Amino acid sequence: MKRAIAVFVLLALFPLAMQAVDGMFYVSLASRILIYAIAATSLNLVLGYGGMVSFGHAAFFGAGAFVVGILAVEGVRSAWIAWPAAIAVAALAALVIGAMSLRTRGVYFIMITLAFAQMIYYIFVSLKSYGGDDGLSMPGRSTVAADVTLSGDFLWYYLVLALLALVLYALHRLVHSRFGRVIDAIRENEARAEAIGFPVYRYKLLCFVIAGAIAGLAGALIANQSSYVSPSLLHWIQSGTLMIMVILGGVGTLWGGVIGAAVLLGLEHLIADYRIGWLASLAPNYQDHAGLAVGAVLLIIVMLAPEGIAGLFRRRRHA
Amino acid sequence: MLELRGISKRFGGVVATDDVTLEVTKGEVHALIGPNGAGKTTLIAQISGVLPIDAGRILFNGVDVTQLRTHARVAAGLARSYQITSIFRRFTVLDNLALAVQARSGSSFSFWRPVSAERALYDEAALIANEIGLGERLDVVSSSLAHGEQRALEVGLALATRPQLLLLDEPMAGMGPQESQAMIALIEKMRSRVTVLLVEHDMDAVFRLASRISVLVNGRLIATGAPAQIRADAEVRKAYLGEEIAA
Repeated sequence: MKRAIAVFVLLALFPLAMQAVDGMFYVSLASRILIYAIAATSLNLVLGYGGMVSFGHAAFFGAGAFVVGILAVEGVRSAWIAWPAAIAVAALAALVIGAMSLRTRGVYFIMITLAFAQMIYYIFVSLKSYGGDDGLSMPGRSTVAADVTLSGDFLWYYLVLALLALVLYALHRLVHSRFGRVIDAIRENEARAEAIGFPVYRYKLLCFVIAGAIAGLAGALIANQSSYVSPSLLHWIQSGTLMIMVILGGVGTLWGGVIGAAVLLGLEHLIADYRIGWLASLAPNYQDHAGLAVGAVLLIIVMLAPEGIAGLFRRRRHA
Repeated sequence: MLELRGISKRFGGVVATDDVTLEVTKGEVHALIGPNGAGKTTLIAQISGVLPIDAGRILFNGVDVTQLRTHARVAAGLARSYQITSIFRRFTVLDNLALAVQARSGSSFSFWRPVSAERALYDEAALIANEIGLGERLDVVSSSLAHGEQRALEVGLALATRPQLLLLDEPMAGMGPQESQAMIALIEKMRSRVTVLLVEHDMDAVFRLASRISVLVNGRLIATGAPAQIRADAEVRKAYLGEEIAA
């Protein structure tokens, strides 16, 4: 708990420090990372804690974003309406997709969640009235009162930070609650959990829906981040990115999603923005293939830390 | 208490259980014996609701439970243990048992309050741990228990659901003589509280514990009766018991 508070104090001081060194761009980048941290954390709930390898988490993230985007285009810009709607739609999508997918296991579950997410992706790509391939531009960020828009990098950063703190605290409570204990037991030994009297399917489905709802919140935030909703948010590559964040940060650890989002997006940014002299002399256009470089770095991290980066901290504490 | 009426199960062309009709009465230890591959574990899986049945009905306390899922049968008082140890390996002994207690005490759709604050769950789990002889091992992660201790926990998990009928699938599997004696003592101790359907290969244990014995061969029930009756039954001797009784 002390460590968590320390991290959040540092994160709260970050914009002030950036302002001092004239680096406000980084505040915007940081907001983006924190939003992805929420999305990755929600995936970690199903994947890490629940043991359900969902390869379609982008469906809920993207659905939340499109709900906010479409409502904004249609004139409903109030965050009080649009955000709960985004969460509700994402939760409903998770309920429907989960209800069907959770009847399967293993590779079939991975494939069926992927298939559902891709279906949703193609539905939105074909919605020409809402941008189709090109995505959807919003008239501006959501509003919280008649004339108060959530604009400004400072305000936005602190709002996102507060929501991340809320999500992490709720997750912390959840995994230590009765429900969390059952989810843990199901991941450990599903057949036995059923055999001591837990209706396993219902617990898994509810876990899936909660994660979907949180992903919907993250989607609502990402739409506001740049007032633009891209269908790529729904694409399977997005699901894969979230999964990489979770694995990188630490599967089934409270901070796994946060660390993973920070490292992955931070790396991408670093490689694209800072040219390394000796590497450039070998391969002049290496920065155009940032994905390859990110992949190489990820490979190294995963090999050095098979339990994710959060696992490194844990081991050190126990040693 | 438990009535099986014409239970059958086929896996492709293989008949696992074939028209099994059997009644387990309240208070007895009913042993189910038979050679390997006779269909005993299949029958346990059918009674506990893990495997669907192709034909027949299952009545528990007079209520048809044929269509109920496993967790609902557990809630009705029908619990099982496994032949191949199936525990929550990363959990401690105490957490294993507390989880099973939690399954039957109140809703677990509770998301905020820490489960570790619920003293009642852990107190009861500790009592059960004492009963199964693991009272000194509460905080040991169950994967690092000795084989016999894991078998005891296996039975303890089923017991913690507070069943009326306990299905024990070879509780003494892989046990040494000393561990077997402890398990026999445990079953003796709980038989006053719970009815037991016991699948077991250890004939010593079967004849010491059973009030009645049923014999399953090739999926068919060939005899049911008191131990002495089964011992004397010519067909049973031929099919299964011969060598062990002669010895």
